[in-house]
Parts: sequence; C-alpha cells; structure tokens
Amino acid sequence: MTDQAHQQADQQAQHGPTFMGYQRENGDVGIRNHLLIIPTVICSNQVSNRIAQLLPGAIAIPHQHGCSQIGADKDRTFDVLAGTGTNPNVGAVLIISLGCEVVDPQALADTIRVTGKPVEWFDIQSAGGSIKAIEHGARLARELQAKLQQQVKVPIPLSRLKVGVKCGGSDATSGLASNPALGAAADALVREGGTIVIGETTEIIGAEHVLAERCAEPAIEERLYSIVDRFEREVERMGADMRGGNPSPGNIAGGLSTIEEKSLGCISKCGTSPILGVIEYAQQLPEGGLYFMDSPGNDIECVSGMAASGAHIVCFTTGRGTPTGAAVIPVIKITGNGRTFQLMEDNMDVDVSHMLDGSLGLDAAGERVWQEIIEVADGKLTKAEILGHQEFSINRIGPSL
Amino acid sequence: MDHSLSAGADAIIMDPRDHVATALRDLVAGESVRYQSAGETGTVVLLEAIAFGHKLAITEIPVGADVRKYGEVIGRSTVVIEAGRHVHVHNIEGIRGRGDQSSTAAAAAKGGGGTV
Repeated sequence: MTDQAHQQADQQAQHGPTFMGYQRENGDVGIRNHLLIIPTVICSNQVSNRIAQLLPGAIAIPHQHGCSQIGADKDRTFDVLAGTGTNPNVGAVLIISLGCEVVDPQALADTIRVTGKPVEWFDIQSAGGSIKAIEHGARLARELQAKLQQQVKVPIPLSRLKVGVKCGGSDATSGLASNPALGAAADALVREGGTIVIGETTEIIGAEHVLAERCAEPAIEERLYSIVDRFEREVERMGADMRGGNPSPGNIAGGLSTIEEKSLGCISKCGTSPILGVIEYAQQLPEGGLYFMDSPGNDIECVSGMAASGAHIVCFTTGRGTPTGAAVIPVIKITGNGRTFQLMEDNMDVDVSHMLDGSLGLDAAGERVWQEIIEVADGKLTKAEILGHQEFSINRIGPSL
Repeated sequence: MDHSLSAGADAIIMDPRDHVATALRDLVAGESVRYQSAGETGTVVLLEAIAFGHKLAITEIPVGADVRKYGEVIGRSTVVIEAGRHVHVHNIEGIRGRGDQSSTAAAAAKGGGGTV
C-alpha cells in the first residue's frame, strides 16, 4: 500500500463505524482478498481450473464466452470479465488466454491494472499447450498469492460498502417478509452513506410505476420506463407469455400467480431511498445512495453483473431456497420461509420467518440483516462461501457467430 | 406499506384496497379464516383448501376485473371468483409480459396483415 493509501485509510477510520477490510491502491476498499484466475475464452477454462486447484484459495471463473462474439455482445463479455477483475474484493489477477479469441487479453489486463493491483497474463498457444500452461500459470499464481498474503486489513468505514439486493426462488413469503426486511437493511446502509444496487429489470414489470415515483430526476424516471419497455418488447417479439418462465414453475407452486404480483413483492428489497441513477449491466457503481442496474432476473447473471459493477456483497432473499453464491463476492441468503430455513439451513444465513407469526417486527428483522451485512464485511464467511459456491455467468445480448 | 403482522392471523392483507389475502398457514376447506385489513379483523369461509403462501378471495371478484394485492394490480380475473376461493393461475392472468397476446403475435396467429 502506498503512503497515500495509508493516509486515506487512517482518515476513513476517523469517520463513523468501521469494519476490517483491504485498502486498495486506487482508493477502493475490499472485504475479501481473492486471487482471481480469468479465462478470456471458454477454451482456457480447463487450464484456469487446473491452476486454481493447485493454489488453495485461488478462484477461477470458467465461462462459455469470449469468442465468436461481436459488437455490444462482445463488449459485455469484456466488461464483465474486466469488472470482476476490478472488483475490490480481488487482490490480484491472472488472465489465461488461448491466443486467438476475440476478447483481447492485453486490453483486459490493462483495464484491470488501472486499479493498481498486480495482473499477469499469457496465452496457452505460446506456452506450448495445456501442461506447460498449467505449470507456467501455477508459478505466476503462486507469486501473486505471496503478494496478497503480505496485505493486512485496516479499519474501513461502513459508508464505503456497496451491496447488491437480489431475490431468487421467490414464493409468497418473499414479498411478505424477507424482501421488506432486506429493504430495511438497505435503508440502514444508505443512511450510513453506503451504496445499494437493485437489478432485475424483468422483475419490476408491473411495479415500475412505484419505483418511478422514487426516481430523483425525471430523466432517471424516463430511463427506468424505457428499459422495462425494451424488455417487454423483447418478450412480445418472442410471442410468448412470460408466465411459466417468470414467474417460474417454483414461484407459481409457492403461490405467485403473475409477474406483476412477483414484481410488487420484489421491489421492497431495495428499501425506500430515492433512485439516483440507472446503470448498465456491469457498469461501475457510483458511491452513495440507491441505483438500479438494467439486468436480467436470472440469478447468476444478475449477481455476476453486480459483482462486475463493484458490489462487495449481494444480499439474496429466497422463499423456495437456493444455494447460489458468487465468484468474488459473498452472497448472504435471507429467507422468510421457516420451512425452507429448516430444510436448507446449510445454505441459509438469515431467518426472518417469524415476521409471519408476528413475533419478529420489521425493524428487528431489518436489524438482523444489517448486522449480518456488517459481520460478513468484517470477514465472517457466508454459507455459500463455506460450501465453495462460486457461480459465475455472463449475460448475452447477441448471437454466437 | 406496513408489513408488520400481528400474532394469530390466519391470513394477511397487504393493503385495504386488496381483493385477496395471503394464507399464513395451510388452510382447509370449510374453515372460517380470520384476516386483518387496515387494523380490522374480518372472516371468510373457505370454499376450498388454500396452501401456505397462496391467495384467497376475501370478496367476490367479477370476471375481467383488475385483481389487487399490495394495493396494486397483480392481474385480471378470467372467471367470477367467489369469496373464499383460491385465487391463482387458474382464475387470474397476468396483463404484462404477454407476448402471446401482442399485436404481432395476434397478427402472426391470424396469418399476418391485421392490425389490432
């Protein structure tokens, strides 16, 4: 860490409640210190996985993309890979290229290096195939990991935290309990000066007018309506009823009848703050306040987009129960369904189901989620982290060539 | 929207404008169900079983009516729904995200050309 970064850390420690985290060269703060191995293309997945297996604690993000892509679709893959590497929970990055793909490994390395974190890259074709690439990559990764182990945690103000709010595997308890509880915690973070991002454009259909009223400026309101309209037109183009895809069969079994009902239950999870902006999928999040990210409702694509936008944590409400985690950020699982908490306690972090029998009030439930956020920021592992859940998925917006 | 629930209710209404309540436990046919709305308690006799998390009509809903929960429209009734009936995909439909009912889809179904 530079002297400047040390000074910044000291100054921050003097303002309000803190957690112990990592101060990055560029002023960002991290709550984890991951060594990330990024394959630029699907062809590099196996080499990346093998290297990660050789270095406990290293995380690889295998994916299906990186070649046969053009235009905005190619850019989106690049932005998600770059954003994941840039995420402040990542301390160092190793990029594994094949050597002939459309995602440019040099440009990817340069984009991530702007943060000041160490980044290495090479390509499998030049290295001489898989075995030589695994050996070369493992040596590079070991050097990077040695650098990470020298970094120490410092006090970081809670105001620097950026938290994504997401719901998945929803049932009727999501709208009644877990989403309102998460909303109360989201308000607590925004009051502290922190940042909240909500996504899932699909899942505000039928509830967009409620969020639009909370947009800080008319231009933001127009943008919010336009992204919902864009999505709904895409559904119309396919000539399909959303129902069955979203709400999903599980949502319907849980009592949700229409996308409108699901959306109206969804939106309470972001709290009551004004919406300060609409950002693109994987676009870098500003500091402070509530933002909307134009993303699909798909759990892994949305959470991966939030991680790429710089979120430190995603708080994930569920009624049916889901094990999902994320590659570089902790995912806190919150349920309002007592049966699900008991059945899937291995995956659930916070139980707010007693809101439904009246023995847990909204404020107390919100406080329970807020305390979990602080503890996880401070280093407590989520159930998804303990179990090694490192889901990663990139949203596509174009055809494969 | 006040989400605080009181102990003892069988079902919850999210807003006084709502046509439906959400079951807070598995409810059986013939049961007289207590629900809360705007601080007041009402009762409705169930015409069929309602599973935890599912909705029951607390008032008769005419066919083709906007159906409200959270005080907002969650869909439209496709049949007359009596008070005490299960309200779900078999008797209400979504209004939004209905590509199957869009003008282009309708035109395609008719063999094209028509405007709706």
